[in-house]
Parts: sequence; C-alpha cells; structure tokens
Amino acid sequence: MRWSDYIEPMSEDAALTERFEARVAREDKIEPNDWMPEAYRRTLIRQISQHAHSEVVGMLPEGNWITRAPTLKRKAALLAKVQDEAGHGLYLYAAAETLGISREEMVEQLLAGAARYSSIFNYPTLTWADIGAVGWLVDGAAIINQIMLCRCSYGPYARAMIRICKEESFHQRQGFEIMLTLCRGTAEQKAMAQDALDRWWWPSLMMFGPHDSESSHSDQSMKWRIKRQSNDELRQHFIDMTVEQAKVLDLTMPDPELAYDAASGHWKGGEIDWAEFRAVISGNGPCNRQRLQQRRDAHEAGGWVREAARAYAAKHPAP
Amino acid sequence: MAESERLLALADDALILGHRLSEWTGHAPLLEEEMALGNIALDLIGTARGLYQRAGDEDRLAYHRDAPEFRNLLLVEQPNGDFAQTIVRQFLYSAFAAPFWQGAEPADIAAEAARQSAYHLRHAGEWLVRLGDGTEESHRRAQAALDGLWMYTGEMFEDRPAPLRAQWDETVDRTLARAALARPQSTYMQSGGRRGRHSEHLGYILAEMQFLQRAYPGATW
Amino acid sequence: MTETLTPLWEVFIRARTGLAHRHVGSVHAADAEMALQAARDTYTRRDEGVSLWVVPSAAITASDPAEEATLFEPAKPYRHPSFYVLPDEVGDM
Repeated sequence: MRWSDYIEPMSEDAALTERFEARVAREDKIEPNDWMPEAYRRTLIRQISQHAHSEVVGMLPEGNWITRAPTLKRKAALLAKVQDEAGHGLYLYAAAETLGISREEMVEQLLAGAARYSSIFNYPTLTWADIGAVGWLVDGAAIINQIMLCRCSYGPYARAMIRICKEESFHQRQGFEIMLTLCRGTAEQKAMAQDALDRWWWPSLMMFGPHDSESSHSDQSMKWRIKRQSNDELRQHFIDMTVEQAKVLDLTMPDPELAYDAASGHWKGGEIDWAEFRAVISGNGPCNRQRLQQRRDAHEAGGWVREAARAYAAKHPAP
Repeated sequence: MAESERLLALADDALILGHRLSEWTGHAPLLEEEMALGNIALDLIGTARGLYQRAGDEDRLAYHRDAPEFRNLLLVEQPNGDFAQTIVRQFLYSAFAAPFWQGAEPADIAAEAARQSAYHLRHAGEWLVRLGDGTEESHRRAQAALDGLWMYTGEMFEDRPAPLRAQWDETVDRTLARAALARPQSTYMQSGGRRGRHSEHLGYILAEMQFLQRAYPGATW
Repeated sequence: MTETLTPLWEVFIRARTGLAHRHVGSVHAADAEMALQAARDTYTRRDEGVSLWVVPSAAITASDPAEEATLFEPAKPYRHPSFYVLPDEVGDM
C-alpha cells in the first residue's frame, strides 16, 4: 500500500464527519442508510440495545406479581404494563437493528453477560407495594429519560421513543395509584408502602447514572444529540417531581438530609451510595444472577420452538 | 344450570386460562410470543371480568371462592408444561370458544369474546401446525401434548348442542392434518370441573392468586 | 455461536381508511403468517389498524441518501448486518 492510499479516505472521512455534525447541529434526523461516524454507530448500538435489554429484563420483577395481583383490575393492568414492556423491547431491538446488528447477536450479548441493562432491575419486588413503587419511581425516572430521547438525532430511535412515551403514560399513573390506595388503606398497607419507598428510592436515583463529573461518554453523546441533558440535571428533575408526589402519599422520604434549597429552587439530598451502584452494575446486586439465569433458561427452553418455526418455513417456502 | 351458574362457569374458564397464560411472563420462547400470550391472557381476563360483573362482585367471586365452588373446565387448569402443551391446550379450548361465543349471551360480551377467540384460534392453530410439521422434536412434543390433553376435551361439550361439537371436530381434524399430527383414538373423557370436582392443580392456582385478599381480609387494593 | 437468523420483516399500517400505509417498525418471524400476527400483536395494541402489510426487509431496495454518488454503490439493499463492514477495532459486534 502507498501512503497516498491512506490519505484519500481519511480526508473524505473528515469532510463527511464535518457534514454529519452540521446536520446534527441543525436538528436533522440521521436515518439508517445515512453516512455516520463509526463511533456514533457503535455508541447508538450500545445504548439502544441496552435500553431494549432493560425493557425485557424489566418484565421480570413486575411479572413476578401478576399471578398474585390482589384484584382483577390490578391483574389486568399489570399484565398490560408488562406486555407493553415486551413491546417496547421489540421496538428498540428493531431500531438497533437498523444500525447493522442482529437481534440474535444482541440477545447473545445479554445472555453472555456482555451487555448492560438498567441497574434498577437487579432489585427484588418483595411485596405488592413494590409494584406501586416500581411504577411510580422507576417508570417516573424512565419517562424523564425517554422524553429527552424523543429528540435524539437518530431517526429510528427517536421514533421508537415517541411511540414508547405515548404508551408509558398509564404506567406511572398506575404505580402511583397503587401507592395512594395503600397509603389510604390499613395501617399494614401504609407500612407496606413506606417500606417499598425505603427500598426503591436510592436505586431509582442511581438509574440516572454517575455524577456528571464521573461520566465518561457524555460530551460526545451530547454533541451528537444522543444525550440531550446531563445525568445530574435529569436526576434533579426527578427528585423535585417525586418529593412533591410523596407529600400527596403522606410518606416519609428515606433521606434525612433531603431539604428544599430556596436559593436554587431545588430539593437537595444526601450522597448516593456509589459503592452499591458499582456493585450492582458489576453483577453483584441482589438479583443480577437470577435475572440473567431466567433469561437464559427462557432462551434455551425456547430453542426447539424457534427451530421448529424455521424448519416449517423452510419446508413451505413462500410462493 | 341457573343463569348465574352458567355465567360463572364461563367466567371461571376465562380467568383460570388467562391466569395460566400469564405464568409465561418472562419465560416465553421468543419476545414476540411474550406479546402474543400476554394478549390472549388479557383478552381472557377481560372476558372473565365482564362475566363476573354480570354475576356479582368480580373480586369476591374471583378471590373468595374455594376450589369446589369454581366451575371451570378441567382443561384450562392443566399446567402450562412446555410450549407445545400450552399451544395444544389453547388450540383445543379456542376451537370450542370461537364458535361457542358466536351469537351467545350476554350479547355484548359474547361478540367481543367471539372476535378475540377467533384470533386466539388462529394463533394457536398456526403454531400447532408449525410444531407438528416442524422438527422431529417439536412434532414429538406436540403429539405428546395432544395425547395428554385429549381426555379433557369431552367436558367442553357436556350439555351442549351437537353442531358445536361437529364444528370443533372439523376445525381440529383440519388443523391436525396440516400439522401432520394424529388425532388421539381414546374416547374416555375426564369430567367434573363443571360440578366443582377439580384436579389437584386448581388448589395451587387459587392459593397463589388469592393470597393477598385472604391474608389481608377487608383491605382495598 | 450465534443462533441462525430469523428473517426480519418491515411493518406498514394503514390506521384508518383514507390514509396511506405508514412504516412503523419491524418484526422477526420465520414466515409471513407469523410476521403478520407478530406485527398485529406488537404494533396495533392501542388502536386496531385497518390494514397491515409485512414485507421481508431483504425485499426492500432503498435509494442512496448520499449526495456524492461516487462514494457509495447505488441502490443499496435496505439493511442487513452482513452488509456492514466494520473496522477491526470494533471487535465483536
């Protein structure tokens, strides 16, 4: 190879990158066959597939209570919610596939423990109140993140997020309503609700990721409009919203340092236990092994089914 | 059977089968099937709720009757087993439900149930064909499921008009032929669900389903 | 070892009579009938679509969005993982 063989593609890459960044800056949407920097493609594949995995793994802690839901209305609503999550996983896997990765590869990455999913789903749902807390807090946090992603630069991801946001609206409401019913119920039920808040509050804050100062990918993601707001900004928005909602429930926030700061107009609280966060994202949370094992078992048990479908299709090709 | 008993039996069928399908959450062989089974479960629970509400208080009926008071078919309380077993159970039931609900009473619930059952039948039927005529393993599993569940099919037609049975036979024969599956020859049929004589499975289903209501009597959820 | 790929299908829905079909996303299925059912289950849960189309992704030919046609081959197939040549440093993807 001659040196000039390398020069030409590099300068073309630079020109293309410049054009790409100009498009993103003026809020053009990037679509599947458009030129994009490899790093943009890789970052999106990672982020979208992680999001998809989160939806699928997220079905497990809530699915845990469908058979024990205490009324038919709650049973139907919870089943609908979990089914929505499966659907969201499907939309997101579809969006990731437009970037050049197959569903099979993404699933393999998840089951091999090589892909991440939201840390929150590594916590157990121990009581019916947890279902309320998960809907209220976890979906509340997810919505904040999702609304931001509706304006993401990558077309298929943004469109999937718009679809998801439309369907999400009842999820958080359902969770909050469960909490409200418990808080207005018997003393035992109220204690159940308080206990759930105590266990789910801090993990929900961790959903927004490390502090901005510790977050490595952020600058580039912001420039490429994959991320529109910082971790801390989103987290603060969530805290402010949730503290007000907790007042309606007449529950005590499990952070003794939480206080309203008039100067900034925000609720400020104690420091998150980052050791716990690191432990959970590195596989040592309460349910990591169990969640992955359940996904692996489902996948393996279903192998013969998927194979049968392919075998039938091969025997009966389309005319 | 008195009208409310009749409604209860149909409601119980739908609830127990919907509950069984909901047990697949997080375990389905593919994500698309999580959607499909979830859809069917939701449809059935919706039908159950509509029928219970006609008969009385839906939660009192679902959560505060013990097994001998339930009137569902034995078929719907059978375990999910593997995917073939679930599909065969669904197919055998929906092949009855789809024609049954056509023109049945109460009219509004029946119309919706008929439309939904037709889709459930299509879904289960198409999967049965793919399992029967798929691989050797899927064929073996589908045949085993069919052989095991066949004895629960007679109960669906107790005290029902003959044309309903004939229509079911036609649907079953047509689908089994496409699926390369053998229609079981045995004619002995289990019975008792409609009279409150259930299999051992129902007790466990209800224990799980009713726990919270029973553990916290009088609470609102 | 990655499992054999199940075909990808693009989904188009006509939500109401009078409207044209719109692309809403994709589904995986081994054959057309199951693709249709998957599309119905996934994309019409909140509103019943009047008409649903599923098309194998491989059957779609897309126009080339690049301004400089010399840099790319014309009329690329819509998308398929194997058509993307990634740099080595990406590793497993």
